[in-house]
Amino acid sequence: MALFFLDLKRSKISFIIWTAVLTFMLAVCVLIYPIFVEQMAGMSDMFADMGLEGEALGFTSFPDYFAMECGEVLGLGGAIFAAILGGSALAKEQKDRTAEFLLTHPISRKKVVAQKLLFVGVQIVTLNAVVAAVSAGCIAIIGEALTARAFLLLFAAYLLLQLELAAIVFALSTLMKGGIGIGIGAVFLFYFLNIIASLADSLTFLKYLTPFSFAEGANILADNALAYNYLGVGLAVTALCVVASFWRFGKKDIT
Amino acid sequence: MNAIRTEKLTKFYGATRGIMDVDLTVAEGDFFGFVGPNGAGKSTLIRTLLGLIAPTSGGATVLGQDIRKNKVQLLSEVGYLPSEAIFYNDMRIKDLLAFSAKLRGKDCATVARELCERLELDPSQKIGDLSLGNRKKVGIVCALQHEPRLYILDEPTSGLDPLMQREFFTILQERNAAGATVFLSSHILSEVSRYCKHVGIIRDGQLLACDSVDRFGHTGAKQVVLRGLKTPLAIANTYNVQADAATDTVRFFFAGDAAQLIQALSTLSFADVNITDPDFEDTFIHYYDKEATESGTVLSGSQTQ
Repeated sequence: MALFFLDLKRSKISFIIWTAVLTFMLAVCVLIYPIFVEQMAGMSDMFADMGLEGEALGFTSFPDYFAMECGEVLGLGGAIFAAILGGSALAKEQKDRTAEFLLTHPISRKKVVAQKLLFVGVQIVTLNAVVAAVSAGCIAIIGEALTARAFLLLFAAYLLLQLELAAIVFALSTLMKGGIGIGIGAVFLFYFLNIIASLADSLTFLKYLTPFSFAEGANILADNALAYNYLGVGLAVTALCVVASFWRFGKKDIT
Repeated sequence: MNAIRTEKLTKFYGATRGIMDVDLTVAEGDFFGFVGPNGAGKSTLIRTLLGLIAPTSGGATVLGQDIRKNKVQLLSEVGYLPSEAIFYNDMRIKDLLAFSAKLRGKDCATVARELCERLELDPSQKIGDLSLGNRKKVGIVCALQHEPRLYILDEPTSGLDPLMQREFFTILQERNAAGATVFLSSHILSEVSRYCKHVGIIRDGQLLACDSVDRFGHTGAKQVVLRGLKTPLAIANTYNVQADAATDTVRFFFAGDAAQLIQALSTLSFADVNITDPDFEDTFIHYYDKEATESGTVLSGSQTQ
């Protein structure tokens, strides 16, 4: 586990910054909700006077609002974090030319991949846990509520999204160079794939090709469940990428 | 036991050759120098032995362990120094040394401290602040601190100042005297001739020659320098003929036996003659020089071990 602990130590600052920033962003979103509601109330009155209904302005319920903000902070911000982490965890050994040093010690390639995957997984889980805990606290502070089930489903969805993205990019990093670039590119590719998939019925099948499909906050709340069909494919892809990483890194020449 | 034994070891990078059919044997306790021109395959051979790259065909054992099957076991008994510098820029020297020791499950603190003192390294420094030579020293300490049975060193003294080079070889000789095997690749023929017991020459991916350093120094050939040569040099078995008009000398190597040389010289007219054994370096340059070898002029009577 020496490699795992060394990597954690070396990326301590980066991890703290990411966690702090994402936590702060979601906390702020939650804490300003009451102000947001007040403003909306003011505007509804204005529209009501003009004869329009306030609901037409959309998301006034807290759960819907929270799901939306979560989607931005964890669904996009967290996704980028996970992809960069996954894309560079193993690749930086080759980029920094430390792979030769590491792999001429009595440590198997399998162990290296396992410890790198753990390094990525532990950080993603911890970051999401901290964000969840702090935002739960903030929700209590503002006196709003979300059912425990809804809260857990949302965070589970974004966590699984991040883990899948990290796994995909990690596997790609064993095949090609450009760790961080691949990571960010992959996030945007999958994100837009999900948007395009929602544009027409004939394109809905595309949802099976992107992990963002099972992390749509609005749908999760509406169904009070995860989209298990897309999630199932997502989990299978994650597992496949993990296996592929072990296989590919086990074989490749380190030049 | 043999420290290193390869059998027809071959590595191709796609269509590009790395090494071809290399049969190399290094006995345990040897101090072996491995030389060859750039791109000859020295690093490829070393990387293959250490499991960094997979061979295309052939096999090898290091300290009796198969390089394909027992890689992790093998690596626990080898100290490797890469030709490239250490790059853990954000780490302190002592932390990297501790990490290396931890990966080996050994406590090397005392040996590391002693080596750092002898090589004049301050363990509290950050690696990113070090010069290339000092990074090399960090690599050296990493390779030596766990006192392995076999040292595989790729161009170990590149970047070291002369005093440190000497200290480094002193340490290696101490380890060698205690029973460890040293296998180093180098371009510096003087250090190979001074410290190594055996030497192997590789060029274009193939092992050309492998012999004791003594025998390389005493090849069958003679170096001849003629001053004031008046008749044309029409002698068989000569090569690397170099004429210098300024000093009116002609220098060449003669690959026959001494008696033949004397007879041949007696047919010439010249002012002065100097006959010596070729330099160790001349011998190597001969192997480095493509034309000389391809023309079939054999320098050493003993080609293989």
